[in-house]
Amino acid sequence: MTSTVDTAGDVPLVLQAAPDLPPIVAAPSRAGPLTTFARRNPTLVVGGLLLMLIGLAAIFAPWLWTVDPHALAPARRIRPPSETNWFGTDDLGRDVYSRVIYGARTSLVVGAAVAAVATFFGVLVGVVSGFVRWLDPIIMRIIDGLMSIPSVLIAIALLGVARGSIANVIIAIALAEFPRVARLVRGVVLSLRERSYISAAIACGSSASRIMSRHILPNAMDPIIIQATYIGASAIITEAILSFLGVGTPPTIPSWGNIMAEGRALWQVKPYIVFFPSIFLCITVLAVNLLGDGLRDMLDPRAAKRI
Amino acid sequence: MQPLLSVQNLRAHFATRDGVVRAVDGLSFDVCAGQTLAIVGESGCGKSVTSLSILRLLDEPPAKLAGDILFDGRNLIDLDEAAMRQLRGNQISMVFQEPMTSLNPLLTVGRQLAEPFVLHQGLGYAQARARAVEMLSLVGIALPEQRMREYPHQLSGGMCQRVMIAIAIACNPKILVADEPTTALDVTIQAQILDLMRGLQARIGSAIILITHDLGVVAEMAQRVVVMYAGRKVEDASVAEIFENPRHPYTRGLLGAIPKLGSSADESTLHRRLTEIRGAVPSLIAPQEGCSFAGRCPMVRDVCRRVAPALREVAAGHDSACHLAKELGPMQ
Repeated sequence: MTSTVDTAGDVPLVLQAAPDLPPIVAAPSRAGPLTTFARRNPTLVVGGLLLMLIGLAAIFAPWLWTVDPHALAPARRIRPPSETNWFGTDDLGRDVYSRVIYGARTSLVVGAAVAAVATFFGVLVGVVSGFVRWLDPIIMRIIDGLMSIPSVLIAIALLGVARGSIANVIIAIALAEFPRVARLVRGVVLSLRERSYISAAIACGSSASRIMSRHILPNAMDPIIIQATYIGASAIITEAILSFLGVGTPPTIPSWGNIMAEGRALWQVKPYIVFFPSIFLCITVLAVNLLGDGLRDMLDPRAAKRI
Repeated sequence: MQPLLSVQNLRAHFATRDGVVRAVDGLSFDVCAGQTLAIVGESGCGKSVTSLSILRLLDEPPAKLAGDILFDGRNLIDLDEAAMRQLRGNQISMVFQEPMTSLNPLLTVGRQLAEPFVLHQGLGYAQARARAVEMLSLVGIALPEQRMREYPHQLSGGMCQRVMIAIAIACNPKILVADEPTTALDVTIQAQILDLMRGLQARIGSAIILITHDLGVVAEMAQRVVVMYAGRKVEDASVAEIFENPRHPYTRGLLGAIPKLGSSADESTLHRRLTEIRGAVPSLIAPQEGCSFAGRCPMVRDVCRRVAPALREVAAGHDSACHLAKELGPMQ
């Protein structure tokens, strides 16, 4: 330590400089907003990108080196993967690659539509149940009854009485899935209605419908969005199960479940017909679930871990 | 003076699985325009239920109201929900206890402040916004234009309470019910909020019903005091009478529990132990026999445990519900 004497003033001062401590961490480099977002929400970004890739494949299916997925070629039946048929051909000589890519359309449409329809009705029923006290026990017992039956069974039963079409598949799966949303929304509404800003809004003269639309629903949006993604993932699986069992999407429309069903008989000798659609199904469901987990981490700060 | 709001024999009972909770049981008081009435008492004595009853904010059922709440020639107990909505936030409004949680976290301050103008004055959003900015500067918030665009989490507790007050007084209400408006705030902010409320009262001439357990706030704000205990009124007097000449042991206990700065040079009072009221508010479920305060009263007599005292006038404009009211001298 060195001390110096300053004699400029009337009284000489003995000065001692404070030691200069170097920082022990390096400041992180300032990344752009996109990089920061990706670093904070890795699951969301990975899931979102995967889903986007599959979505783009579904939209641009005709341009992705596919052939007509319905074109029969009896001469080229049950061929293993090759340069002309990347995923091989099925027992009618149709190109499995083209069918799988076109099948993505069915799966994604069913997943998104079921998520939307089930969420819409679930929110409607859940809000009524949470807000109209005397109706709550009645609605909830019906929901309990619906939830006690596995959703695949409900969907099979419904499709047993209706003609198999994409719209009917969507309605059947949505009916089986909506109780989960209704239950969630009811719980959220019940907890939100006790918040003091709701009392404050009532004390301000707001009507029940205004409180619902301005104060309760916006605050309930996060869990609803997260639940909707999980329902989308589960709907994609249910659609594949129904098609595999032959009660879902009509066989004229390629869907991953249909392709698997057609390849089932040849499973032991020609496994690739089942293998490729299953891989796509797995990746899609994984992507949607990752998206859901990522959304949950991002929207629920208590569960999120910040980096 | 003709009272603006007259509460007569108000009862608010709750049906619970354990029995009927008599949260408010036969409460009467009047408030005049421009006057501040304080309702004091410890936690669980029915103060908040009283304030919620006036605005009919309790869920019915499980709550059940009886009695009269007379305002503007109407009995609020009998009004339907639509008529009540017309009054709330317009003629009668309320400031809540916890400012931080009384604002919707997803809406900007401006949107929430514009609400009463849209609801009660039929203004368009742009006009309502302009009025909202005026209200913000009226309650002493700097940079109102900027604050309008901010969310509640960006404001401090004191600022949130100012916003709540601004919302409450937006339509110049005749009655402002303030349920412990300063409890969640620190002392300097408390003083500012009380100042603000007094100033606004002078400006719009409304009556304030101030619910509090802070007797310091009472001394500063109120003209009349109603002391509640176990859902009933035990004493009702002007603020000066309450502090100088309390005629109920409970009120005396409350006053005795206020810490004082050592102004006295006398050693014995300087090191005086802060007196508390032993015990807690009795269960409001069990039917009462005798005086509800008998179990905690330092001057209890046998008769107190058998006969519930009626509210009697013990001096001009001073009511007390104690058998011994006449024997209590002024506070030392």
